[in-house]
Amino acid sequence: MNDEFLSPGQRMMRRFRRDRIGMIATACVAVLFVVAVTFGTLSLLGIPFPADPNLTNLEVKLRPPSAEHWLGTDNLGRDVLARLLHGAYISLSVGFVAVFVSLAIGVVVGAVSGYFGGWVDNVIMRVVDAIMCFPTFFLILTAVALMGPSLINIIVVIGLVSWTGTARLVRAEFLTLRESEYVRAARGLGQNSFAIIFKHILPNAAAPIFVTAVLGIPDAILTEAGLSFLGFGVQPPQATWGNIISDGKSYILDAWWLILFPGLAIFLSALAFYLAGDALRRAASSKSETQ
Amino acid sequence: MIHFIIRRLLITLVLVFFISLVSFFIITLTPGSPYPWGELDPKISQTVKDNYRKQFHLDEPIWMQYYLNMKGLFSGDLRSIKDGRPVLERIGERLPATLALNVCAIVISLSFGLLIGVYSARNAGRWPDVTLSVISFAMLALPGFWISYLVIIGITDWFGTPMLGTSTYGTIFPNAASQMLDYAWHLALPASLLALGGIAAQSRYIRASMIETLGEDYIRTARAKGLDEETVSYKHALRNSIRPLITGIGGLLPALIGGSIIIESIFAYPGIGRLGYQAVLERDYSTLVALNFITAALVLLGNLLADILYAAVDPRVRLE
Amino acid sequence: MSSTQPLLEIKDLRIQFRTESGTTEAVRGISFEVQKGEALAIVGESGSGKSVTALALTRLLPTPPAEFCSGEILFEGRDVLKLSPAELRKVRGGGIAYVFQEPSTSLNPVYSIRSQIAEAIRLHRPEVKDVDAEVVRWLDAVGIVNPAQRMRDYPHQLSGGMQQRAMIAMALSCQPKLLVADEPTTALDVTIQAQILDQLRELRQKFDMSLILITHNFAIIKNLCDKVAVMFRGEIVEFGTAEEVLRNPQHPYTRALIDCIPKLGAHRERLHTIDYSKIPAA
Repeated sequence: MNDEFLSPGQRMMRRFRRDRIGMIATACVAVLFVVAVTFGTLSLLGIPFPADPNLTNLEVKLRPPSAEHWLGTDNLGRDVLARLLHGAYISLSVGFVAVFVSLAIGVVVGAVSGYFGGWVDNVIMRVVDAIMCFPTFFLILTAVALMGPSLINIIVVIGLVSWTGTARLVRAEFLTLRESEYVRAARGLGQNSFAIIFKHILPNAAAPIFVTAVLGIPDAILTEAGLSFLGFGVQPPQATWGNIISDGKSYILDAWWLILFPGLAIFLSALAFYLAGDALRRAASSKSETQ
Repeated sequence: MIHFIIRRLLITLVLVFFISLVSFFIITLTPGSPYPWGELDPKISQTVKDNYRKQFHLDEPIWMQYYLNMKGLFSGDLRSIKDGRPVLERIGERLPATLALNVCAIVISLSFGLLIGVYSARNAGRWPDVTLSVISFAMLALPGFWISYLVIIGITDWFGTPMLGTSTYGTIFPNAASQMLDYAWHLALPASLLALGGIAAQSRYIRASMIETLGEDYIRTARAKGLDEETVSYKHALRNSIRPLITGIGGLLPALIGGSIIIESIFAYPGIGRLGYQAVLERDYSTLVALNFITAALVLLGNLLADILYAAVDPRVRLE
Repeated sequence: MSSTQPLLEIKDLRIQFRTESGTTEAVRGISFEVQKGEALAIVGESGSGKSVTALALTRLLPTPPAEFCSGEILFEGRDVLKLSPAELRKVRGGGIAYVFQEPSTSLNPVYSIRSQIAEAIRLHRPEVKDVDAEVVRWLDAVGIVNPAQRMRDYPHQLSGGMQQRAMIAMALSCQPKLLVADEPTTALDVTIQAQILDQLRELRQKFDMSLILITHNFAIIKNLCDKVAVMFRGEIVEFGTAEEVLRNPQHPYTRALIDCIPKLGAHRERLHTIDYSKIPAA
């Protein structure tokens, strides 16, 4: 049973598949994805399955979990389970798209900084250092509050603030890879900088970048939840996991189900992404299994 | 050592400048009304709007606005929209509470992070390490507001003890000691919850760093000399692994201050996090600029101290 | 302890490495002896198993990947493989001491030379009262100039040669019965190599210490070692006194290795390389 003939990518996949926790986590992520997409579509099409998330019925308000309402009802009598399912896509879209935005910015900035070096690198890194000093949540909150909370605004703001980590990582990779033999060979053959960056260096840096992306998704989800909780997420009547808790704030001592279930959803989703991302990171790293 | 400190100070000044730019421009450039009330609100007369524009220099070119805002901030003249008091004053009265909370959280994060990280590294790959790994990620994945509420429900429901704010409401304290104790009690829970993510992050950094260090040649030499595993880990490996812990403080500080916003709101803790949240609700721009700037500056200061600390630990850095 | 009992006796030692890509046998049943006061050279190329053997003597191999399949390592009559951790720690440093290949990475960068040597002395010779004086004594013995001052330096402040001398001083300060030097001069300049080897020879004679020298370079063993063991792919293919092996090598691999040494004055146009196909399968 020999590894010698596998490419780095194949080796990584093999190691990843052997990681039990990572596999379970990835399965959960897949389930989450399916749920979000399915119920998100239902939500956007206005189909009230399994129950109408927006149907208010003050006669059944603040009921604990029961046969009719598996996760109970909120202060307006709306079914919590339905709201949870129909709000899943908000959390996930913020997670994926915001990370995509921050990745795009981070990779470009990091590549430029790491490849060209010199004063360009210096200036860019000082700016990055400065941005990283800010408590990002506060910055995001400020911007979203001033712009008005909508799904697009939230995604854009989170993306615009979170790229710094990726930029540093990409820069570090570029600084090392730039000096490698094959880059010198490419330059010797006359290839221009652009081509070198995209064809030679980037593919080799791809694995750590991908891992950072996966690990960035739960951060974005948690940030969105926090914004929602403070009232600056996507606004009601659209359900989001954060605003179910936020609506339930005033009733915490009486209606524990309004806090427990949405929070559990956020927690488990974030945990699944973290564990999957960590398993990926370990599979990609060339060090021994004890890493 | 002096050279090192001076160099770092200069870089810090440059960063302070960049920070001020970001703090100001994020408020100004963000699309949305420059007034804290709706543009078309009929209740606000034109005179009020004009006065507002004059007070906050909204008709000046943007560079002028930046300059005036910063000048006002540093001189203490910048005033809050809400009650006209200087922003620095409002922040000043809340800052100590937040500092206390965050310093506590840092200490908790670093100490537990160190313990867990070293233990995990020494048992790398075996089940105690794997379990602690999952627990670490669980701590990172916990939404602060969620766990806070669950804990509050749990403690107030089952123990019936008060814990919001900084002191138990309506209590008269017989002496300073019992007041301190009460304060500490009110501080302990929010600080611990705030520190959860920090413990997780720091323990991962230390673990990775220790694992790498334990593979170095000089560790083999230490073992070859006949030293026991504890000495090898704590005396030889640890001092070489601390760097990420100290660099990690750089990431820890902003995360803690950001997390303060939610924790302080939930625990009714009178710090700048809560002040920030209120400022956001009220669109108190001057306070927002000031808060963003000051929190970032605090982080910068923290980083500087951490770097100096690191130079004290590793002789190679000092002698550069 | 009878006078003919060897200081170190290896009996049919087998070691393998288990990684995610499979299992490799690194040492395949080797046996040899080292007498008190004797110097043995273990010669072979990378991958022959010589370093693994050296590290195995005090169980310094990390035992997740490495596994001791069978065999005995008898030091002063006791099997190292069966010692308790506490007993093993006494042997390490006090009985068998090491000098490694890369002195720059083998010393802890955040502690001074003094502190690292003193640590060894305090551990194995607690009766020593003035530890600093001992440190100076040993640094002087290995030929470091101005030892009282240099001992306060950090490893990165010393040259490669001085670092290696410091390592030797640290190893010897515990007064071990056997010194294992794993390619001690490979990472150093050729000019320094000779100095270090001379130093080793002097110290060996002065303290009547046994020595195991691991090397891939036949040229350096002549004046230093009494016996030679040649290792190839995990096995000892030749064993004898240095004189015999050098003058009259039996195994084709040994012959090939000796042929590889460039000789001044020899009329040859190309350097010899080893043709593995001609070596009998091990």
